[in-house]
Amino acid sequence: MAFWIASSPHSHIQQKTSALMRLVIYATIPGIFAQWYFFGWGNLIHISLAVITALVAEFIVLSLREKKITQQLFDGSAVLTAVLIGISLPALAPWWISVIGAVFAIVVVKQLYGGLGHNPFNPAMAAYVMLLISFPVQMTSWQPPLELMSIGLDGVNTLFVIFTDFTSDGYSVEQLRSHIDGFTMATPLDTVKTNLTIGLTITESMNAPVIGEHFGLGWEWINAAFLVGGIFLIYKKAIDWTTPASFLLSLFICSLIAFIISPDSNASTMFHWFNGACMLGAFFILTDPVTGATSTKGRVVYGILAGFLVFIIRKEGGYPDAVAFSVLLCNMAAPLIDQYTRPRTYGHQGSER
Amino acid sequence: MRSVIERIEKGHFWKFHGGIHPPEQKFLTSDKPIRNLPLPKQLVLPLQQHIGQAGKLLVAVGDKVLKGQALTQSSHIMAVPIHAPTSGKIIEIKDAVIAHPSGLSEMCLFLEPDNNDQWQQRHICSDFTQLSHHDIVAKIADAGIAGMGGAGFPTHVKVNSPSKINYLIINAAECEPYITADDLLIREHCASIIDGIKILNYLLSPTHILIGIEDNKPEAIKTLQQASKNISNIKVCILPTKYPSGGEKQLIQILTGKEIPSGTLPSSQGIVMQNVATCYAIADAVINDIPLIKRVVTVSGQGLNKPQNVWALLGTPVGYLLSQCDYQNNQYKQIIMGGPMMGFALPSDQVPIVKTSNCILAPSEQEISSKTKEVECIRCGQCADVCPAQLLPQELQWSAKAKDQPQLTKLNLFDCIECGACAYVCPSQIPLVHYYRIAKAEIRQQHQLDIIAEKAKLRFEARKTRLEKEKVAREEKHKKAAAARKARMNSGSSAGNGEKSAVAAALARVKAKKAQVNAGSAVVNDNVDADHITIDKLDKKSQVAAAIARAKAKKLAQQESNQVTKVSTDGQSEKDEKKSKVAAAVAKAKAKKLRSTSNKNEQENVTLEANANAGADFDNAGVDNSDIDRKNASQEMSATPISPTKPMTTPADDKKSKVAAAIAKAKAKAKTKRLANQEKSMVNNESIAIPTSKDQQPLSKDDEKKVKIAAAVAKAKARKLANKVVGPPVKSSDESSDESSDESSIEPSVRQTNTSIKKVESTKSADDKKSRVAAAVAKAKAKAKKLTAQQEKSEST
Amino acid sequence: MSLAFGALLGYASVRFKVVGDPLAEQLDALLPQTQCGQCGYPGCKPYAEAVANGEAINKCAPGGEDTIKKIAELMGVEVLPLDENHAADNTPKIAFIIEEDCIGCTKCIQACPVDAIIGTTKQMHTIIIDECTGCDLCVAPCPVDCIIMKPIELTKQNWQWDLNNIPVVQLD
Repeated sequence: MAFWIASSPHSHIQQKTSALMRLVIYATIPGIFAQWYFFGWGNLIHISLAVITALVAEFIVLSLREKKITQQLFDGSAVLTAVLIGISLPALAPWWISVIGAVFAIVVVKQLYGGLGHNPFNPAMAAYVMLLISFPVQMTSWQPPLELMSIGLDGVNTLFVIFTDFTSDGYSVEQLRSHIDGFTMATPLDTVKTNLTIGLTITESMNAPVIGEHFGLGWEWINAAFLVGGIFLIYKKAIDWTTPASFLLSLFICSLIAFIISPDSNASTMFHWFNGACMLGAFFILTDPVTGATSTKGRVVYGILAGFLVFIIRKEGGYPDAVAFSVLLCNMAAPLIDQYTRPRTYGHQGSER
Repeated sequence: MRSVIERIEKGHFWKFHGGIHPPEQKFLTSDKPIRNLPLPKQLVLPLQQHIGQAGKLLVAVGDKVLKGQALTQSSHIMAVPIHAPTSGKIIEIKDAVIAHPSGLSEMCLFLEPDNNDQWQQRHICSDFTQLSHHDIVAKIADAGIAGMGGAGFPTHVKVNSPSKINYLIINAAECEPYITADDLLIREHCASIIDGIKILNYLLSPTHILIGIEDNKPEAIKTLQQASKNISNIKVCILPTKYPSGGEKQLIQILTGKEIPSGTLPSSQGIVMQNVATCYAIADAVINDIPLIKRVVTVSGQGLNKPQNVWALLGTPVGYLLSQCDYQNNQYKQIIMGGPMMGFALPSDQVPIVKTSNCILAPSEQEISSKTKEVECIRCGQCADVCPAQLLPQELQWSAKAKDQPQLTKLNLFDCIECGACAYVCPSQIPLVHYYRIAKAEIRQQHQLDIIAEKAKLRFEARKTRLEKEKVAREEKHKKAAAARKARMNSGSSAGNGEKSAVAAALARVKAKKAQVNAGSAVVNDNVDADHITIDKLDKKSQVAAAIARAKAKKLAQQESNQVTKVSTDGQSEKDEKKSKVAAAVAKAKAKKLRSTSNKNEQENVTLEANANAGADFDNAGVDNSDIDRKNASQEMSATPISPTKPMTTPADDKKSKVAAAIAKAKAKAKTKRLANQEKSMVNNESIAIPTSKDQQPLSKDDEKKVKIAAAVAKAKARKLANKVVGPPVKSSDESSDESSDESSIEPSVRQTNTSIKKVESTKSADDKKSRVAAAVAKAKAKAKKLTAQQEKSEST
Repeated sequence: MSLAFGALLGYASVRFKVVGDPLAEQLDALLPQTQCGQCGYPGCKPYAEAVANGEAINKCAPGGEDTIKKIAELMGVEVLPLDENHAADNTPKIAFIIEEDCIGCTKCIQACPVDAIIGTTKQMHTIIIDECTGCDLCVAPCPVDCIIMKPIELTKQNWQWDLNNIPVVQLD
């Protein structure tokens, strides 16, 4: 028996990275549930596909890099990335979309940069953007909410669609996407954008069936569910409140200004908040510590920048939603933000840096 | 300042950034009184127990000491003495493991108590206001009081602040988990603490005295409030519990809202902080004349059955305290001195309690896990949120791992107080503080190295200019001397005229000298000539010549002085005897060599001649005393009589060495030839040559010095030999372009040399001197071998 | 426009002019100043000057990898491994004279590049510890081999928080 030598501090809060990751994964459950409720089994299937692929990819890369496999494989970060990819994909996208996405996220974006803690970009969002640019057709084939669909879609059929592109009855994805009235469906953001380009005002666009009663049928509830999950995370102190708050506030203010200036060509503030991946981005993606800013001041700047970018890209960009793009742009800016938002050290007066 | 007091009165304190709330665990010991322990069997007293320097030792092994007797004396402002914690006997003074994270050993006194606990004479002072400030400070210094909160800064320095003090802050926050020593001390000895505060008040006359105490010690707060209500300028400030509010800088910030600028002491801001335990010690020292010999130590942790605060004499081994508190000896053993946040693990339970030890923690496996699973930093930023110094721990960590010292300095690494809050909250379980400590040590080391390098550079430059100057001065002197001589010569002979250069004069002189030498020996001349050829520059030539001439004159002078002293003093005659003996020995050795190498080629014969002649030359030099002026001059120069063997033993003397070197060179050359030609005879040579040097010894009897000289001669010779051995082959290979064969011939010879060394060693007699000489020879040979090997290596590359 | 750009460039060259030490000075600052001569030059400064004039950067044995890296960075050249011929064990050491063996020959005093040895003819010599750079140069000239290089002793002050090397007491 020998004396054990360790460096102080000897006591440690018993919270670990893996536990943190697990908590975040749990917090996505309400959102996933809402997705399932409004859009069926598609996303769940993609989530499981992505998780399996991510774990396999992580395992292979870790063994190639001769790292401690058991410890790093189950630290939850790969699973979380996969879950986020699965959530953000269109429900009826083909199976290989999520596989490619997960492999890209884990192998290229995360491990090639040195693994957890060293990746400059959020793996899930980088993968999403890669998929969006490479496979625009599949990645924009948004499925309408179940209640608007002309053809019923159960779990088995969803599986069929994802793996074979056709339901068991032989309907294609395009057919599935068509409305009861025969129109092809899109997301509310897409609809608004298209309508604006063809000269319709916002008020007219809001009458589209996909918008529903408020800001987008289904989407509003999904976002609300993610908001709940996010608030739970803040309550659990798993994430810091500053980033989501500044992001949402920034988006709110930008859209408010635009809305006041020109209500006909700009959607309302709440439309921005409760559509697309807004809440998911605010609470689950921007708060990713690895790729975000670290100091409190930095986080505020980071959130404001993200909100502004989301608004600009939604308004002016070629793609309907903008969270993924703005997150990547902010990731790039994060080290710079950190550099300029260093707190003043105790005992050092303001001027010196 | 008014607002500060107003705020404090209202209970509104400032906040420091960050901070954490680790589980307090104070309940383990906070409800039990401080226990007095029986005397341990042995006390271990490290000479240095605080920041600064150790005092001067006053006692020796075997001394009986009385309780309270000073064991060391303060010799420096930053040094404080230590005292005997009880009466007894000093049984040992040696290096032992000290209370330091490094687990290194330092000088400790071992005191064996005699169980009488007999005090030395004490002078109790009932009214300290009768004493002058100076006397009180002296008392505090003599009592050996150093800050008892942790750092151990000498207290007398702190209380002797020349600047105006606005706030005297008494630190009773005790924010580390487990520790209740100060809490209990306040509860049991509040009156003494207040006395101590009064003394500090008298010394520093601060405007306000603030006692900072965390709100998790309600009883202590009540006691303090009770005791201090009659003193108008004392405020008991009840702080919210948060770690590390007991940190000096943090407590100042909480109470006054001021930040102490980085790199300065609080006294520069008119603030002095003292720990409550220090106040108690001050009161004891000033009023009762009790030096700092004991302190309250919290012995806690779930590894103990009876955790409790104890009065521990300084020097009590930790193991004794643990056994007194019923330590469960389990497989897992970690003992921490200090709290769980900033304490350090001990490498042994024989580490003694020192002035700064406030807690001994013996945790169970469940309490403090030994398993640390460090994973990658995920930049969560929690560390930055809790850092009380508002540093960026994660960035520091990256820079520390990358050893980017400029960046670390820029990130203000040295403002880190090592409180451990960042590592405590880190979800990746990175031992951040450890990285910082390593980085700090490295930066300090680097800084030290930079200073040393700078100093070395300066000294190197200074040396260079000095050598330059000396050279110039020497040349100047030579010129002058030459001119003077020339003037003389001009009057005597028509050798030169006034227009001749100094160099020419020197040359002429050399020639004249040579003529003289020629009478004695032709070979030496040849060697001198050879030397001249190797040196190109004319002035250098003249220098060498002058040097030789001077060396000769010196010898001559010595000879004469020796002759003179021979008549007058016995010591001198003995020296002369010695000289002749050594010379004889040398001659004998040469003769032997002659015998053994008689079958060698011509060159060697020349060498032998050279040797013989060189020997003769020494004698001749004595007779040849034509130049009286020079003799006188050199007599002045050699104020201390130098033994005639000097030219051989100290070849350092450049001038003399030339002659010796020439001889040796010739010899070595011959040897090399032999080496290259006949390897086997070399073995014989060596084995014979060494007994020769042994044979020399009986002649020199008991004179140690002689032995040494002989050894030195042997070594020097061997070394020169080695140098030459590797020298000529290069030349020969240039000529014959048969390098490989030469090399291979040297290698075996070296090996043979080795074997012969072994032989010598095996035949080494019991005679001490002999063996010493043999060892020296062996050493020299080994060196020669090494040099050869190196030379070969450089040749082959 | 070209005028404007010319003016801008001209201004920039004045404004951002690098006023620094000459290269040799900067190199000298990087060298460890042991003055050991292991590089083949009679001191650190001569070697710095040589490097500035194109000598190989990997000849400083006491500086080791770190110094080579720094020089490479300053010179903008590739990092080279330490030259084999100059490779040495570069743990910091200082010289120590075994005083009973010293014969007082002053050879080491003359060899010392930083005048860190005191003593005189026929008197015992000793090393000024604080001044010794550990260059090794005094070892070779000693005719009686009474100088040894001792590694610098570990103290509380220079301890590097190397927890793994703490000798722990083994119980039972």
